[in-house]
Amino acid sequence: MKELLHYREIPGNSPGYYAVLAMLGLLIALGLGAAYYMEHQGHHVTGMNNQIVWGMPHVFAVFLIVAASGALNVASISSVFNKKLYKPLAPLSGLVAVALLIGGLCILVLDLGRPDRLIVAMTYYNFKSIFAWNIFLYTGFIAIVAVYLWMMLERRFNKLSKPAGFFAFVWRLILTTGTGSIFGFLVARQAYDAAILAPVFILMSFSFGLAVFNILLIGIYSGTRRPLGDAVVERLRKLQGVFIATVLFFVTIFHLTSLYATERHGVMKFILDGDNVYSGLFWLGFVLIGSLIPLLICLLNGFKNSARWLVTASLMVIAGGMAHMYVIIIGGQAYPLDMFPGYEFSSSFFDGVVGTYTPSIYEIGLGIGGAAFAIAIVLAGIKILRFLPLSLANSLVDPHYSAEAKEADKPVAGKQARA
Amino acid sequence: MSQQENKIDEYRRRFLGKGAALVGAAALAPGVILHTIAHAKPADEAVTSKVRWGFLIDANKCAENCDACVRACDEENGITKFGRPQTDAQWIRKITLRNKQTNHSITLPMMCQHCAHPPCVDVCPTGASFKRADGIVLVDKHICIGCRYCMMACPYKARSFIHETVTGQAPDVPRGKGTVESCTLCVHRVDRGETPACAEACAKTQEGPAILFGDLNDPNSKIAKRLASEPSSAVRADFRLDPGVRYQGI
Repeated sequence: MKELLHYREIPGNSPGYYAVLAMLGLLIALGLGAAYYMEHQGHHVTGMNNQIVWGMPHVFAVFLIVAASGALNVASISSVFNKKLYKPLAPLSGLVAVALLIGGLCILVLDLGRPDRLIVAMTYYNFKSIFAWNIFLYTGFIAIVAVYLWMMLERRFNKLSKPAGFFAFVWRLILTTGTGSIFGFLVARQAYDAAILAPVFILMSFSFGLAVFNILLIGIYSGTRRPLGDAVVERLRKLQGVFIATVLFFVTIFHLTSLYATERHGVMKFILDGDNVYSGLFWLGFVLIGSLIPLLICLLNGFKNSARWLVTASLMVIAGGMAHMYVIIIGGQAYPLDMFPGYEFSSSFFDGVVGTYTPSIYEIGLGIGGAAFAIAIVLAGIKILRFLPLSLANSLVDPHYSAEAKEADKPVAGKQARA
Repeated sequence: MSQQENKIDEYRRRFLGKGAALVGAAALAPGVILHTIAHAKPADEAVTSKVRWGFLIDANKCAENCDACVRACDEENGITKFGRPQTDAQWIRKITLRNKQTNHSITLPMMCQHCAHPPCVDVCPTGASFKRADGIVLVDKHICIGCRYCMMACPYKARSFIHETVTGQAPDVPRGKGTVESCTLCVHRVDRGETPACAEACAKTQEGPAILFGDLNDPNSKIAKRLASEPSSAVRADFRLDPGVRYQGI
């Protein structure tokens, strides 16, 4: 008979655990300090201006929000698509999803011109605004995933975790559609204004969210010395590979469509072949470091069963994803509005010229603070509630596990996955 | 367990229950009150859609080195500069255009185009960006949260974000750090029956008036008559936003 999975809190009393929490606490404090300084001085101390109105905080926030929705994928695969191997990972997946979303939202709110008016944002709605929908999509996501987690963790309600998971799955797809549409619905800006941005964001969420999940999972299991079998690592590696490839595919289609329209040649040249930081970030950051190299790591047999390589690939996906967000958000604004087609035009308000932007330390600080907050929520969560199985050894999680392989598969960290 | 202990437990339970109710009420009350205040009747109720205010701007009459309109706007609305052109607010600016094919060059003033279908109003999450019945597009400074989505959506780059504390504000023109603002069509003057500061200043220049202000809906108004008899165009007319500002000479 197969052994049973036991979900347990992590002890969370080692000096290492507290050291990590203290470091995250410091980053959160620095982020809050940066936000206070920006609000106190006004946004002129940031790199943002009247040309580039959304800066580094938005790169971090949109990345985290997109990744949040993607982090729930693992749970969805278990509940919606009934894949048994993913089931033990599902609670952590839900926790990471909620944590990332909260981290991202904190950054967004603290970057507002008037964060003190949060109550206004919660009581006044213009339902024609995709931003207003997103407020509901985000808060709804947190509530739905919380209920989903409850159904998963409370044994009496386990049966309900399937419908709850299905609902959360549909909600997360709509959520990322909404995030993509914040840009997709901007008719005035040539870099955006494309319906395909919604599916691009959905696919990016799959890839970025899984990358964050991989790192947290492997990090936590190695930190707590709980066994993590290579069956899990291998499955996540392949899945990450598929997601990276689909993102590349959709981004290629997005750019091909734009390249076909003469009207958009200017903006496409600016992004893909410009003498600027955006083209470099796109090709070197997103395509090479964020996609091609991790794709090879995820698909080639030489990197099989290695948790370390999966973490490496995931880190590269995150770096590339941030680079891509920077290109989309900042690059898209930097390209001047075509107010008078057929004319060259200029003014003291920087009309007709490429916008300049240098991220300030405060914006980066706020972004890192938000990300640190998200990780801190995860680390605190697994200490308080039983999110994680004591062991993810092959014998416990792999439905195709056979007794013959047992000898070579003792549930000991180190052998299990070459971490 | 003794009866005494049972009683204490009961007191505790009651205390906790009442405490929780009090905390709940205290947490909800300010929200409820704010919500009521916030939905009070707006002061501009008398405005009607029978009129639609707008500009007709003749670029042929706009002199290259003249910035009378910009100066008048800054003075009227208390737009102070901090010597930081990237972040300083501009409600109206002079744009120089050169036709790439013919090399013909002109200048014109650019400001909020007061669209009939303003994208800034569509995207604003709180409804702070709004259009008055008479066509003037404004920002309600009390409910603008400073998200800048309107600036992303505006095809005319008409809006500015207040990047630092502003002082010396004009009494009629409230401004505040952390909110977005743009040309109000000098709504405070229009409501008094006057013309916007830029149009007034332009009329006093040698070349002017290049800026004509009036009611687009009144067929007998000067602006409506000229629009009916002379050619004019809207900037980025392809977006079909039906701007209240129309141009000649481009």
